[in-house]
Amino acid sequence: MARAKTSRVVPGQGLPLSESRGVRATLIAIAVVFFIFFLLLPLIVVFAEALRRGLHAYWTGLGDPETLAAIRLTVLTAILVVPINTVFGIAAAWAITKFSFAGKNLLITLIDVPFSVSPVIGGMVFVLLFGLPGVLGPWLAAHDIKIIFAVPGVIIATLFVTLPFVARELIPLMQKQGTDQEEAAIMLGANGLQTFLRITLPNIKWGLLYGVLLCNGRAIGEFGAVAVVSGHIMGLTNTMPLHVEVLYNDFNFVGAFAVASLLVMMAFATLVLKTVLESRTASSSPSLP
Amino acid sequence: MSATVELRSWTILPGFGLALGVTLTYLGLIVLIPLSVLLVQAGDAGPAKIWTELSSPRTLAAFRLSFGMALLAAVCNAFFGFILAWVLVRYRFAGRRLMDAMIDLPFALPTAVAGISLAQLYSTNGWLGGALAQAGITVAFTPLGVLIALIFVGLPFVVRTVQPVLEELDREMEESAVLLGAARWDIIRRVVIPPLLPAVVTGATLAFARAIGEYGSVIFIAGNMPGYSEIVPLLIVIKLEQYDYLGAAVIASAMLIASFILLLAINLLQARMRRWQGG
Repeated sequence: MARAKTSRVVPGQGLPLSESRGVRATLIAIAVVFFIFFLLLPLIVVFAEALRRGLHAYWTGLGDPETLAAIRLTVLTAILVVPINTVFGIAAAWAITKFSFAGKNLLITLIDVPFSVSPVIGGMVFVLLFGLPGVLGPWLAAHDIKIIFAVPGVIIATLFVTLPFVARELIPLMQKQGTDQEEAAIMLGANGLQTFLRITLPNIKWGLLYGVLLCNGRAIGEFGAVAVVSGHIMGLTNTMPLHVEVLYNDFNFVGAFAVASLLVMMAFATLVLKTVLESRTASSSPSLP
Repeated sequence: MSATVELRSWTILPGFGLALGVTLTYLGLIVLIPLSVLLVQAGDAGPAKIWTELSSPRTLAAFRLSFGMALLAAVCNAFFGFILAWVLVRYRFAGRRLMDAMIDLPFALPTAVAGISLAQLYSTNGWLGGALAQAGITVAFTPLGVLIALIFVGLPFVVRTVQPVLEELDREMEESAVLLGAARWDIIRRVVIPPLLPAVVTGATLAFARAIGEYGSVIFIAGNMPGYSEIVPLLIVIKLEQYDYLGAAVIASAMLIASFILLLAINLLQARMRRWQGG
């Protein structure tokens, strides 16, 4: 377990600026125990359960046609949702940070709404709109368009819950960078697109990637919103997280944790890339000369 | 000089109409219109239906459980989150960087995965559930299970709001306090904690708001017994599955209104914190 190394945090002061050894060790012990119980063990359990019956059962679980269908739907959802919300995020950040207009703070708050709303509500609003007894239900049924309990519902619900990610990453970053460089470019005769591609984009690229990364992670992992609209049709409208639920409720624990282990690896990749990007943004964000 | 001032005006940059148009249209279509449909439907339900839904013992129990456990989880997260942030910023020990990087795991891990993993861990034959069962504590399928899941989900908030403030904290204040003869505990209590408190409260409020609406990580461990371990989001899902759209809309709106009051409180708090730090 972690050992408390004696360290004076403020170097060379010679003052008792830190807690006593005992207090330090106790605090570190509390943190480590909490960390193990709430973060480490849940992770280890996923792999222990997935591999409980050996590697062969693990691979069989992953090779199941319904599992493959779930993986395909999840990838399709992410491929559609992430670019759309990225474009939205850039547009919103451009409007909010490069211009002043009335109601700007209200707009920033409204963009954050999907984060402050239960994911279940994020799914149900579309059931109320597009479901058979819903507002547009009869019209959609008459035109033979299926949104709820179908793939479009899954995608729209995911659009809802992941909408703020890119925007909320870019807005503070672009606010800090101001408008001087873009104004200079326009003055020198660049058009809007050139200015964006050559000036703004290089300045915000790490923050943008960061937002895209978080958006992607949530799009792949979203459960509540998608659970409400999908109808859990195996092989058709089940995303990976929904498939985990179905397998788990069928007592197919090896299968459920095998799919879950893929999602854990995705989460890990997200965390690693996030840490890398955080070091990048820390060094490159104040890029104004 | 005046020319420079004019060049700095906001209007020289292009694309305002396009960017704002895209933003408002998309936000309206995906978020604002669907959410207002929800509120309108709940209003259409009429006072009688609203009253029956919200006063039913099952709904009341679900609200009590969701809000109560969310509050408790936020308090636990404030306490442990503060310790985690403190240890991560102030001390150096083996595994610190790993711990720091993994604090965000609950943000990155899909909630369904956290749900089945915690359910397995705390089930009566699970690694932790077995030991706790011997001590007479049942976690799975009880409100305690809900609490565990909500602590997991809210864990990063307090750590990540406190950490940057703690890093920026001016150590000179502490040094002066030492020179003036103050004891370490008094310095912590009077010098260190006060400037960190707004961050703790903000983080705990964010964790609380998140916990109220949480679904995926809770439903597997909770057992979902109506009136006992059934959370509000699950009640909404059940209503939808029974095609009781009005009932679901009423309960969801009640939850939404609570969430918005919280959001407002957070914003006010942050504004106050900023003013406090600025002045």
